[in-house]
Formats: sequence, C-alpha cells, structure tokens
Amino acid sequence: MTERTVLLPAVVIIGAGPAGLTAAADLAPHVPEVFVLEREQVAGGIPRHSDHTGYGLRDLRRSLRGPMYAARLVERAMAAGARLQTEATVGRLDGNRTLTVTSPAGVQLVRPRALVLATGARERPRAARLIAGDRPAGVYTTGHLQSLVHLQHRSPGRRAVVVGAELVSWSAVLTLRHAGCETVLMTTTYRRPESYKAFSAVGRTLLRVPVSVRSRVLSIVGRDRVEAVQVQDMTSGVVRRVECDTVVLTGDWVPDNELARMAGLDLAAGSAGPAVDATLRTSHAGVFAIGNLVHPVDTADVAALDGRHVVAGVRRWLDEGEPPDAGVRILADSPLRWIAPSQVRPDDRGFARARLLTWCDEFVGVPVVEVSQDGRLLGRTRLPWSAVPGRTFRIPARVLDPVNRHGGDVTVRLG
Amino acid sequence: MVVPYDIAVIGAGVVGCAVARELVASGLSTVILEARGDVGDGTSKANTAILHTGFDSTPGSLESRLVARGYHLLEQYADAAGIAVERVGAVLVAWDDEQLAALPSLAEKASRNGYEETELVDADAVYALVPALGPGALGGLTVPGESIIDPWSTTLALVNDALTHGAELRRGCAVTGVSRPSVGTTLSTSEGDVSARWVVNAAGLGADVIDRMFGHDRFTVVPRRGELIVFDKLARPLAPRIVLPVPTAVGKGVLVSPTIFGNVMLGPTAEELEDRTDTSTSVQGVETLLEKGSRIMPELLTEEVTAMYAGLRAATEHSDYVIAIDPDSQYVCLGGIRSTGLTASLAIAEHVRGLLADAGVALTGPSEPSAATRVPNLGEAFPRPYQRADLIAEDPEYGRVVCFCERVTRGEVRDALGSAVPPRDLDGLRRRTRALMGRCQGFFCGAEVERLLDEGVDQ
Repeated sequence: MTERTVLLPAVVIIGAGPAGLTAAADLAPHVPEVFVLEREQVAGGIPRHSDHTGYGLRDLRRSLRGPMYAARLVERAMAAGARLQTEATVGRLDGNRTLTVTSPAGVQLVRPRALVLATGARERPRAARLIAGDRPAGVYTTGHLQSLVHLQHRSPGRRAVVVGAELVSWSAVLTLRHAGCETVLMTTTYRRPESYKAFSAVGRTLLRVPVSVRSRVLSIVGRDRVEAVQVQDMTSGVVRRVECDTVVLTGDWVPDNELARMAGLDLAAGSAGPAVDATLRTSHAGVFAIGNLVHPVDTADVAALDGRHVVAGVRRWLDEGEPPDAGVRILADSPLRWIAPSQVRPDDRGFARARLLTWCDEFVGVPVVEVSQDGRLLGRTRLPWSAVPGRTFRIPARVLDPVNRHGGDVTVRLG
Repeated sequence: MVVPYDIAVIGAGVVGCAVARELVASGLSTVILEARGDVGDGTSKANTAILHTGFDSTPGSLESRLVARGYHLLEQYADAAGIAVERVGAVLVAWDDEQLAALPSLAEKASRNGYEETELVDADAVYALVPALGPGALGGLTVPGESIIDPWSTTLALVNDALTHGAELRRGCAVTGVSRPSVGTTLSTSEGDVSARWVVNAAGLGADVIDRMFGHDRFTVVPRRGELIVFDKLARPLAPRIVLPVPTAVGKGVLVSPTIFGNVMLGPTAEELEDRTDTSTSVQGVETLLEKGSRIMPELLTEEVTAMYAGLRAATEHSDYVIAIDPDSQYVCLGGIRSTGLTASLAIAEHVRGLLADAGVALTGPSEPSAATRVPNLGEAFPRPYQRADLIAEDPEYGRVVCFCERVTRGEVRDALGSAVPPRDLDGLRRRTRALMGRCQGFFCGAEVERLLDEGVDQ
C-alpha cells in the first residue's frame, strides 16, 4: 500500500471567483500559505465572461467590465502572495477538512487548518426546472451562453426566448444581441419583471423585447435544434407556441454545494447553501463559506466583500483554534425564502457589509421587517427599498441587535 | 464484381452489435449498417439500464430463456471488457393487500424461469433494505441478482470487438430497399448498394419496416414510450438497491433505481405512441412520475432533477420476441425485442449463431468469443482517471478535469474523439465519457466541451 502524503497548508480557499480571490488577497499578507484552488483553466469566476460594466462598485470603487474586474482581482491575489492553482479540482471533501485534489500534477490530499468554501452558484438547467419536451441543441443557461459568446466568440442562434426577466436575464439579452441573436420574448412567472423598474422600462424601450408575465415555459419543441417553445399563461392556462431556435434559461440560482454536502455541513433552510454565522463560519470548526455559495446570488462585489470580511474570522481561528459556541438560528419566514447569515453566535462581531441578505419570492413595495425570538416580537423596521423577486433583498443587520445570542430561534419576516 | 459480405446486420444497437461481434468472430465477413449517425442511438441508449435476472419473464418463452442466458453471458463479458456493473439487488415492494397477495406467485414464477434466489420479506425487512422508502409498504420480495449496468459502454464494447475482429461499420446508412440477385441479397441504402449472403434484421424500432421489405407481414412495431427522471447524485444514498413495483391487473408501476453513473432514476411510464421517432418527455408524464415518486420515496423529490429523458420500446402485438430464420431468403429477423434487449443481447447473438449453423452456414471461429477490447470505466463506484495518480503520472491530460460535475478529464475526451467509433455529436460524447450529464448541464463546461468536440470532429 502506497503512502499518500498530505499537504498541510494554513489556508485553502476553494474557488477563485470574486469572493475567493478577495479573501486570498486580504489573507495572504498575514498568513504565509494561502492556497486558492480553481478548477477552471483561468481564474476569475463568472465575471470572466460577463462582458458588461458595473463590476467593482463596492469593493474596488470603480465600474469595470467583468473580464477586467476578474483580471484585477487575480492580480491582487497574486501580488499579495496567494498561491493560486488553476486546473485544480477538488474531487472529495470529507468532514475533517481533508480534500482530494486532482490536477495535471496528480492526485493530492490536502488538509488545511482553515478551509474557505467559495464555490459560487449556478443557474438551474431545464430538467431541474421540469421543462419537458424534446432535447434539441440550442438550450442554454446564461453561464453557458456567456462562455460561448464571450470566451469562444461563437453565436448561439438567431431567435431566442429568454426565460426570466431579472437583471441577469437582461444581461443575457445583451449577450445574445452582441452575438447577433434577437430576443423575441422574455417570460417570467412573476406578475411583473423582477429587475429594477427603471432598468426594465429602459430595457424594454431600447431593446424592445416583449415580456410575458405570469408565464412559464412548459416544453421545448425541436429534434436536433430548437424550433419553438410552448408557453403557458399561468392565469388562463392557455398554451401558445413561440417559434425560436434558442432558449436561454436565466436566474433560478442554486449554490454549487456538492462539497459542502460531502463534508456534512449543516445547510441553511431554503437556500441549499451551508449555514453560516456572521463571521462566515459553518457548522464545522475551521470551515468557512463565503459568496454566492451562501447567498445565491448577490452581485460580485458583495461576494468579494464577503471575502474581505471572512479574513478576521480565519485569522482568529488560526491563532486561537477555538471551535465556536452554539448560536441561535435565524429563520426566514415566507415570502422570504432564505436568509444569510442563518446563524448568529455569541462571539460574532459584525456582519459582512452590516447586512443580512435574503431572497423574497414576492414583490413587497414597502417592506416592514419583523424580528421575533422565542415567539416574542423584538422589533419592526420599515425599509425604504422594495423587496423584489429575482435579486437579494438586503436588510441592515442592526435589526438583530436585540437578539439574545443564547436564546432560541430567531424568525425574520416581512410584516 | 462486388464480393458480397457473408453477413449484413441492419442496426447497430446493442443487439445488432452483439450479433455482429459473434458472427464475425465465427469467421463470417460482416458489415453493420446503422441508419442513424451513431451506434446505440435508439432504444439502446434510453432504457433503465438494468441487467435483468429474468425472474419476471413469461416462463417458457424464448425471451425468458434468452434473458436468463444473456444475464450470465453479459455479466462475464462486462467483467472481461471493463463495463461497469453493480449487483445492487432489487426488492419488489407491495403497497396494498392485492400487491402483497401477489408476491408468492411472483416468487413461484421466478422459480419457473429458473431463478431460485427470490425471498419473501416482511415490512420491517423492506424498510431495513430501503430506509428512505415512503410509509405504507406492507412487505416485499427480494431479487438479489438484479443488477445495474452501463448500457452505453456495452454497445461500444461490442462494436469495438466486432471491428477488431474485422467487421465494418457504416453509420448514416439507412436501408431503403431489398432485392434478391442470384447470390444473397442486395440492400439499397442511402449510401449505395450493399450485398450480403445473409441479412440479420436488428433494426429495433424499424424492424417491421425491414421485415416487410423481405416480404413478411408478421408484426408491427408500436412504440411504447417510457419517460424517466434522473435525480442528482446527492440522492444516491436514498436508493441502495432497485425498488420495483408489483405488477397488477391495473398495470406496472414505476421503479426507483440507483444508476451505474451514481444517480437515482424514477420511472418509466408506458404510453403507446404513433410516432416512432418521438422521444420527447411530456408535461403529463413528468407530473405522473413525480406524484408516484413522492409516495415511493418522498425524500427523493427534495433533490434536484438532473435530467429527464424518454426511450421507446419496440413493442409489437406479440408477447414474445419475434426471432425467425428464413433459410430460403437467407434472412434472420430479430423483432420485438421490447424491454430486455440489453440483458439478452449476447444470448440472442449466440442463438443467431446456432440458427445459422443449423441452416448449414460454415462457422470457423469459436462460439462465445472472448472480449477483444476493454472500454473505459464510466461507473461511479469504480475508479475513474481523475482519481488515478498512476494514470495522471503517465499522462497529465487525465488530471485536467473539463466536465466538473462528472469529473471527466480532457484525456478521456481526447480518447473518445480518437476512438474506433468516435462520437459525432455531444450526445455521443456524453455516452462515451459522461461529459455534460451532470447537474450543471453545461453551465460551467458546456462551451468548452462543445469546442473540444468540434475540434475533434474536424480533425
């Protein structure tokens, strides 16, 4: 039996997207061995192929195009001394922070003292959305579409139906247009397009894409290539056929949580991501989780700032090695689907960006946030921004100030 | 003058490839004519991938005999060729008194099929075998030999063996007509004429059309669609063995089974169609499956659906296979191989060899040819290149993962593209490597895998 050597670095970060790279850049000056493992050939995460501006607002205080933002974050991490390895795929993660990493150099066991999961999120594909029908070519998630258009410089088709009318959906429309593909229809199951009212109005005017609300795509038609979709009006039940050769499935995010589940981490209710506290610690000592893995999805700069925030907790763990005390669970009540962090512990100091992130399944124009613990109402806070389905709803973390961190479950709801 | 082949096999599904392999190894020059662009592209790729013991065949039927024999032959062949198989076992679960009462007669039927290992068990035992089973199970019947197998690699291994022994394969070659010159048959095809002394019809969903070209009118294929839902690999621990329905007068229920690739499948439905090319899934079919699944294994539905697909069974008006030899026409028909073609394939091939021998065809090679080639392992329970330091040390391309969800490496994609029967499309690449069959369905890797395929196909 061959002896398998195990690498024992101080820190391993899995995922070199904005969250992982920022954590690496901010940790590396203080900690000698910070490894970042990225399974793609090129680091940077989703922004690598999101060729539009608006990246970097909150973390770099600039507005960059995605690919430039990604490159900038990679530079920062390398310059700080982080050891970034691409084409490194974690095939296994057990409950003791032991990873099995596959790379062109071989198969390596790694057991860091601190592990940071930054594996991000992905859009659910057609089968997961239970869209029946034929299985032709021409059906893409936005991630696939962006890679195709911005990395491979190829065109998907000529006539697309975009499923979803969130921000990312409009990004898909732009990407399609860049590739010479017209968007003939956007569908959304909600009563109104989810993205910012202003943006979608502008989008509709400039891009002239009809949006069909309260509609869902039932099935796809076409043998080798998409020929049409069957769209159902959810109010009347009427089904109509829309001719197209491309279908882009947008939004409907799930965290890339396979490793979290392999390791047996507690999951947060409603998000499928690992449960974390305000320090971004998971249920397992020495294991942290950041970015869209935890809150699927917020903008890249918010993910990056998670990376910044987790540094304090990682350093404390490396210095003290104390597993944290149990805390209280924070539960989201319908129409809030999930909340992150979903736990607060007695020794938590602050929340990333001083915010709680939630996902609301309904449009709530004037949200009043109610926080209860052990069945008692602790406070009500009216917020001046709306809760809109299809993007995170951010709540100031101060609403949790009255929480007794040694008490029972906390519930957050919209009154 | 064109020298005719000894054998032309129409159809490169699992049965056609098994027959071609057997006959070419017996010393007969063989050509396989496949109408579609790839081998194993019909029912052979879209089934429940179960290696059946045959416990529930119709006793005394040809199917019963060939399934039982085929189980044994394929188990051996899989071992030799490196095709992944897991003997997970099955349990039939009775959900009401009628089903419970039917179990002893099913055990007895198994016995009449030559399978003696079934065992009647009570509800507690059933829940011990499948803890995630929904409430309400009253008892069960175990079938320990029922196994799961990689159906795609089976077809590929068989055709690779056939090619190694000297057979020819023509893809995209549809038979459009038959004429009988003095020596053998001339098949008109979309790629020109092919002459052969003997013709074997293994055309599956098109077998009746071919049979009619030979002047027969003995069966009609009515495609019976079976829809299936495949759940995420994270669901695998819920299904340690195959959970089978108890067939009643009302009909056959659906099964829940682990798959060789590490997923869990739910299905199939059974619906007669008119269009024998329609492998779409339906809104109603999906709804029906989810409803049944929620009762058989409620926790299953908390996991993500990875894929939904449908396969067509080449059902006919006959309850048994339609296997017949016509020595005057020098023609063998392999029709109506509805649900058990994968399991029976090697036994059908052996049977065809016997029929030809009886008809006076000179066979020089051995029966039961050995496996000439090995295929890459696609089974989740066995080591794959990304886990093998030894392979990566020899070739770093096996350490470069390109399909992350399924851990498929660039080396494996390269090997598939350079193989004897390379893929022509993404679906073919998927069946040879597992690329793109994962939970992200191309979100991360779709563009890159497609680029590799296009590059490889161009070369």
